[in-house]
Amino acid sequence: MTPLVDVRDVAKAFGGVHALRDASLTLFAGEIHALLGENGAGKSTLLKALAGVHRTDAGEIDIDGAPFEQGSTRRSLEQGVAVIYQEPSLFPDLSLAENVFIGRQPVTGRGSVDWAAMRRNAKALFTQLGVDLDPDRRAQGLSIADQQIVEIAKALSTSARVIVMDEPTAALSAAEAGRLLDVARRLRDGGAAVVFVSHRLDEVFSLCDRLTVMRDGSTVASALVADTTPSQVVRWMVGRELTDLFPKLETTPGDVVLRVEGLTSHGVFDDISFEVHAGEIVALAGLVGSGRSEVVRAIFGIDRYDDGRVEVLGKPLPPADPRAALARGVALVPEDRRQQGLFMPASIVRNTSMVVLGGLSRFGIVGRGRERSVAAEWAQRLRLRHGGLDEPVERLSGGNQQKVVLSKWLATNPRLLVVDEPTRGIDVATKAEVHRLLSEQAGKGLAVLMISSELPEVLGMADCVLVMREGRLTATLTRSEATQERVMLAATGQVSVA
Amino acid sequence: MKHVPGAMFGATLGTAVGKAVGSREAPVAGALVVVLVVTSVVNPRFLSDQGRFDLMVAIAITGLMAIGQTFVLVMRHVDLSVGSVLGLSAFISASAVKGQPDGSLLTVLILGLAVGLAAGLVNGLLVAALGLPALVVTLGTLYVFQGVQALLTGGTRINADQLPTSVVRFGVSGGLGIPWLMWVCLAAALVGAVFLRTRRTGRDLYAVGSNPPAARLVGIPVVRRTLLAYAVSGAAAGLAGVLFLARFGGVDSNAGLGYELPVVAACVVGGVNILGGSGTVAGALLGAMLLKTMGVSLSALSVPEFWQQAINGLLLIIAITADRFVFLHRARIAREEAIRLRRAIRLAAERELEVSR
Amino acid sequence: MSRFTWDRAVIVLLVATFAVGAVLDPNFASGSNLGFVIQDIGEIMLIALPMTLLIMTGEIDLSVASTAALAGCVLGWTWRESGSMAVAVVAALATGVVCGSVNGFLVTRLGLGSLAVTIGSLGLYRGLCYALLGDSTVADFPTGWTDLGYSTIPGTSLPYVAPVLVAFAVAFGVLLHLTRTGRWLFAIGQSAEAARFAGIPVARLKFWLFVTTGAVSGLAGIVYDLRFASARPDGALGFELAVIASVLFGGVSIFGGVGTMWGVAGAVLFLGSVRSLLQLRNVPPNALTIVTGGLLLGSVVVPVLAARLQAYREQHASDVPPAAPP
Repeated sequence: MTPLVDVRDVAKAFGGVHALRDASLTLFAGEIHALLGENGAGKSTLLKALAGVHRTDAGEIDIDGAPFEQGSTRRSLEQGVAVIYQEPSLFPDLSLAENVFIGRQPVTGRGSVDWAAMRRNAKALFTQLGVDLDPDRRAQGLSIADQQIVEIAKALSTSARVIVMDEPTAALSAAEAGRLLDVARRLRDGGAAVVFVSHRLDEVFSLCDRLTVMRDGSTVASALVADTTPSQVVRWMVGRELTDLFPKLETTPGDVVLRVEGLTSHGVFDDISFEVHAGEIVALAGLVGSGRSEVVRAIFGIDRYDDGRVEVLGKPLPPADPRAALARGVALVPEDRRQQGLFMPASIVRNTSMVVLGGLSRFGIVGRGRERSVAAEWAQRLRLRHGGLDEPVERLSGGNQQKVVLSKWLATNPRLLVVDEPTRGIDVATKAEVHRLLSEQAGKGLAVLMISSELPEVLGMADCVLVMREGRLTATLTRSEATQERVMLAATGQVSVA
Repeated sequence: MKHVPGAMFGATLGTAVGKAVGSREAPVAGALVVVLVVTSVVNPRFLSDQGRFDLMVAIAITGLMAIGQTFVLVMRHVDLSVGSVLGLSAFISASAVKGQPDGSLLTVLILGLAVGLAAGLVNGLLVAALGLPALVVTLGTLYVFQGVQALLTGGTRINADQLPTSVVRFGVSGGLGIPWLMWVCLAAALVGAVFLRTRRTGRDLYAVGSNPPAARLVGIPVVRRTLLAYAVSGAAAGLAGVLFLARFGGVDSNAGLGYELPVVAACVVGGVNILGGSGTVAGALLGAMLLKTMGVSLSALSVPEFWQQAINGLLLIIAITADRFVFLHRARIAREEAIRLRRAIRLAAERELEVSR
Repeated sequence: MSRFTWDRAVIVLLVATFAVGAVLDPNFASGSNLGFVIQDIGEIMLIALPMTLLIMTGEIDLSVASTAALAGCVLGWTWRESGSMAVAVVAALATGVVCGSVNGFLVTRLGLGSLAVTIGSLGLYRGLCYALLGDSTVADFPTGWTDLGYSTIPGTSLPYVAPVLVAFAVAFGVLLHLTRTGRWLFAIGQSAEAARFAGIPVARLKFWLFVTTGAVSGLAGIVYDLRFASARPDGALGFELAVIASVLFGGVSIFGGVGTMWGVAGAVLFLGSVRSLLQLRNVPPNALTIVTGGLLLGSVVVPVLAARLQAYREQHASDVPPAAPP
C-alpha cells in the first residue's frame, strides 16, 4: 500500500541549531499515527514543514506519490494537510459557522453568502464529529476544547486528508480529552491520516495504530503500537541514562522558606498545600495544563487567587502584589521567556539589571557603570555566549536567553527561586549548565521550586516531587519514592508505564 | 412535521425581530427615537417639512463618511485623513466647473469620487504594502492633503454664483421629501451594508480585524483587502466633498477641517469596534444620525450649539464604557459556565467510579 | 561605529536647517527671530515631553489640546470672576490635572483603549470650553502676567518661557534616560507582559503618565493664554496633531519602547525653525503643513524601507538563511 505522506531524511537548521537532522515519517490513509519525542526532539519543526510554515533544507516530502509543495500555508491546505494547534486561533467576532468556512463560505446563485447553507453545513460537521455546538454563536469565549473542534471541522470541510493534532489534549480535562479521542477515531474511520503528537502514553496506546519516535532531530524508531510497550517507547525517547544529567548535590534542607496552604483559584486549581525549605529543590510535575504555572503565578502575585494563604519566611505574603513578593526575596523565572521573561529588543545589560535597578541607583539616577559590571559578572558566571553585552537579547540562542533570564533573577539575591520550565527548548549542553547552576545555588541555601514537564529532569534534580493533575495535588513524593511510574500515574491518573 | 408556511414565516420573523432588538445597534436607534420625540414635543417646528429636510441634509455628509470609515475600522485600522480628503475633493471638483453655470453635476460627482479614491489608495498602499501603522500614516496624509488643499485654494473661496446651477440645486432639493444628499448617503449605506454582509470579500474584512495573523494563515489576501477598505473610505470622503459643495454652495481652505473625529465618534457610538472585527454600516449610519440629530436638536431646543461637541465626546466615552462592561460580563459568564461544566463532569465521573466498585 | 538612528538624523536636520536658514535669510539667525521661534513652539514643546513618555508605553492622548484650551478658559473665567490671577492659575492647573486623571482612570481602571477614550475626551473637554465661555473671550489679563508670555527677558532676546522649556525638557529627559522609572517606561513599551512579571507597576505608572500629561497641558494652556493675552474657547486648535507629529518625527515609535527625549526636542525645534524660515521667505504657511505631513510619513516609511533593504542584502549576501530561533 502506498503511503499517503512520505517524509524522507529531511533536515532543517536555524542558524547553528539543527532542529532536524535525519527525520522520516510515513503516513497511511485511515490510521492514527503517534509522533513522540521529548521537547526539542524536532516534532514541532517537522510538523511546521508539513504545515507550510518552513521549508526543509534537505530531504524529500511526497504526498500521494507526488512531491509536496513546501513553504506556503495556503498550499499546504490545498494539498490536504491541516494542522490543529494546541492553542487554536479562531476569529472571536465571527460565528462558529463562519469560522469554519471563512474564505470559502457557500454562496447562492447571485454570489452572496448563503447563511442558511453555511449554518446547515457547519451543524452537519459538528454532528459528524459527535459534538453539540451552536453554529451561530460567536467564537469569543469558547473553551479550548471547543475551539479545537471548530478547527477540526474546518479541516474536514477542506477535505483534508492529513490532520495533524499537536498536543491536543494538553489543555483539556479528562472528559474533553475523551471526546477528542473519539473525534480522532471518526476522522480515521473517514479515511484521513491523523498525526497525534502527545506526551501522554496512555492516550497513545489506547488510540493510535502506529507510532514514530524522534530524538535530537532524527527518527529513531517507527513501529506498530501493538508491537511495542510504553517503557520501550520511553527508552526510545530518552535514549540516554538518567545519570547523564547532572545529579543534585546532597544538602541538608534548612528552614521553611515557602509555605502554601489551601491555595485555591476557582476552576483553575484547588487546595494546594506544600512547603519548600532552604537548600531544597522541589519539582512540580504533571502534564501541561494541570495548573502548575497558574499556582506559581498566583504565589508570585501575577494572578489573583480565591482562597488559601502563602507564607514566605514565616510571614504571610499579600496576594496579587508582585512587588511585595520581590521585596520578600521571591523570584519567578516565567514559562515563556520571549513574552514574559525578556525584553527582546533590549540589551543583555538592560535585561539583567531590570529588577535590581533600585539598588544600582543613587539619588534616583541609575549607575551605568555598576549596572554594567553586574551584567558582566553574571554573564561570566553563567558562561554566557554573546557578541557583546550591548547586543539585543533577541539575537541570542534560546539557551543563552534563558541564562539572561536566570541572571536577572539571581541578581536579586532571592531566598526563593521559582522556575517554570527551566530548560524548555534549550540544547543539551546548556541544559546541563542550568542544572549545575540550580544545584549550586541550592547548595548555598537557595530554596528552589521548579516546574518541569520533563521526567528525567524532575527525577534527576528534585529532593521532593509534587505532582499535579487537573488543578489538584495528587502526589507528594520524596526523592527516593519518586519513580517514573509513580509520577506518571499521579500525573495521568492511569497505570501507564508497565 | 407539518410545514405550515405561515408559522414558519412567523418563526423566522420572530427570530429576526429578536435579533434586531438584542443587537448592538438597537439602543442607538432607540436613543435616536427618544431625541427626535423629545425635541419635536418641545419644538414642534423641529420635525416640520423644512426641519426634517434640513436635518437629513446635516446627517448626509457625516453619515456617508461614517459608512466609509466602517470598512477601515472593522479591519482594525483607522482613516484620520477623511476630513482633508473631503476638503481637497470639494475644491478640486469645484475648480473644474468654476464659472460654468451649465456645468454638469455628474462631472463634479465623478471628479470628487476620483480624488477620494486616489487619496484612499495612497493611504492603503502605505498601510497595507509597507505595513505602517494606520494612525501615523493617516495622520501624515491628513496633514499633506490639508496642505495641498490650502495651497490650491490659496486663500480664495469658490462661491455659489461660480458653481453650476445643477450642483447648487442638488444641495437644496430632493425627491419624495428626502434630500438628494440623503439619497446618496442611503444608497451608499445600502451598497456598503450588502457588501459587508453578503460578499465573501466583505466578510474577509471582519476576519482580518478580528485576528490578523489567523487571517493570513487561512489565506486571506490581507494587502488587497486593506487597499480595498482604504479605497472605499477615501471614495466616500471624496463623494462627501461633493455633497459638502452642494450643501454649503461653496468651498474655501477650511472645508473639512476637523471632520475626522466626529466621523470616528459616530462609528464607535454606532457599535463599530475600534479594535476591529465587528460593527455594521447600519450602526455607523445610526451613530451619525444620533450625533447629528443631537446637534440640531440643541439649537431647536434653544440650547447653545457648542454643547454639541461636549455631548459627542461624552456619548463616545459612554458607548465604549458600556461595550467594555458588556464584554467583561459575557467573559465572566462564559468562565463561570466552564467551571460549572467541569465540576459537573468530574462529579459524574467520580460517581461512576463509585458505582463500578 | 555610528548607527543610523532617527533621533540622530533629526539633530542633523535641525543643524542643517539652521545653516541653510542663516545663509538664505539674514533675519533667520538673528536673536529676535530665534526668540520668536522658541515662543512659537513653546506650548508644543511642553506637551510633547510627557506625550513622549505616554507614547513610549504604547498609549496615546489626543485630548491634550482640548485640555490646554479648557485650562486656558478656566484661567480666563476664574480671573474674570475672582480678580486674582494666582487663584486663576491654580484653577487652570487643577483643570489639567483633573482632565488627565479622567483619561487615566478610563484607560487604566476601566481598561478602555486610549485612542477611543481620548477621541471622546477631546470632544468633551473642547465642548466644555464653549460651555464655560460661550462665544466670548477674556482679554483683560493683567500686563504683568501677559508680559511673561509675550516678552523677552530684559537684556536678552530669550522669551521668559525659554528657561521653563529648558528646565522641563531636562527634567523629562533625565527621567526617561537616567532614572529607574524611565527604564520601566521603556520596558512597558517593549513588553507590557514581561514588565508585569518583572514587578513593574504598569497600571499605576500609566495612570500617573496621563495625569502628568494633563497637568502639563494645563500649564501649556496658561502659557498660550498669556502669550496671546486672551482666553478663548477655540484656543490651541489642532495642537494635538502638531505634538504627536513632533513626537513621532523625533524618533519615538508609535508601538512604544523606542525613542529619545532629545530627538523629540530636536523635532519640535526643527519644525518650528522650518515654519519660521518659510514665513520669512513668504512661503505660504500651507507648505509647512505639507512638509510636516511629509516628514511624519517619512519618519515611518524610511526605517521600514531601510530594514527591508537590509534584510534583502543579508539574505543574498550569505548562503545560510538568517537565524530564527525555532
